[in-house]
Amino acid sequence: MKSIAELEAIKKKVLDNVNLRQEREEGVRVVVGMATCGIAAGARPVMTAFLEEASKRNLNNVVIEQTGCIGMCALEPIVEVYVPGKEKVTYVKMTAEKVAKIVSDHIVNGAPVIEYTVGAQK
Amino acid sequence: MQEISLNILDIAENSIRANATLIEVMIEEAPSTDVFAFTVKDNGCGMDAEMVKRVSDPFVTTRTTRKVGLGISLLKSLAQQAGGDIKLQSEVGVGTIIRADFSYSHIDRQPLGDISAVMVSLISMNPTLDFVYTHSFEKEEFQLDTRELRKILGEEVSFSELSVAQWIGEYINENLTEIYGGAK
Repeated sequence: MKSIAELEAIKKKVLDNVNLRQEREEGVRVVVGMATCGIAAGARPVMTAFLEEASKRNLNNVVIEQTGCIGMCALEPIVEVYVPGKEKVTYVKMTAEKVAKIVSDHIVNGAPVIEYTVGAQK
Repeated sequence: MQEISLNILDIAENSIRANATLIEVMIEEAPSTDVFAFTVKDNGCGMDAEMVKRVSDPFVTTRTTRKVGLGISLLKSLAQQAGGDIKLQSEVGVGTIIRADFSYSHIDRQPLGDISAVMVSLISMNPTLDFVYTHSFEKEEFQLDTRELRKILGEEVSFSELSVAQWIGEYINENLTEIYGGAK
């Protein structure tokens, strides 16, 4: 059984990482739409997939945040990725399956996955 | 929405939008008495009596009141089609309590779904807010209070840290397995 005391160890690890992180540049923000429209369209598994993928790859500079409805409910789940110094990229009709490619191509290697973006929608 | 847990997430998002700092999520499951209920209680801005009357009607909702728009009406019909209903109590400046009851055995009651993923989303994406999650199954009960976790983590480690979020998910899942009696 897990106990709350384990958090002590996690805290220590995180603090070590934070020190490393400060030497690196600003982190990547992944913002998931979590209004009724987003949730109903499947935002939660998308958010969970980002969390899992980022943890798996040890991407300690990635922060996952939420936002409300941005007005394109038909295109939900919507995820915005902010890489410092780059323009925001908006991914639409997200699924948990699309997450791995976005994490590896965009967040790790800096190349947005054009076919998943709002601009590629017809 | 295909899971009751998604409605819980949706209702809790209303609380966040209402500037709550403490959100309590309570889930009661008791097949022996045919009880399935959840309550979301917050200390947000609350609603006046007029608004409380209107929120469950999707058609009076305007864009400015969208924070409580479709979600509550969806939940209401969901509860009613499963032999239950919702109760809404709110006071301006105090907060809101919403409770949804379902008949546990009703064939149209949706499954609870992945409640641990919901709690992880809420906690990790709103690291400055506090959540108390209480889940009972028959006589067994489990509670997670982020205020207690915060004491251990301190100010410098956020709930949005991936490793913390992951731990919370695993911790909830283990405890749920426990209250469900080993297997669900």
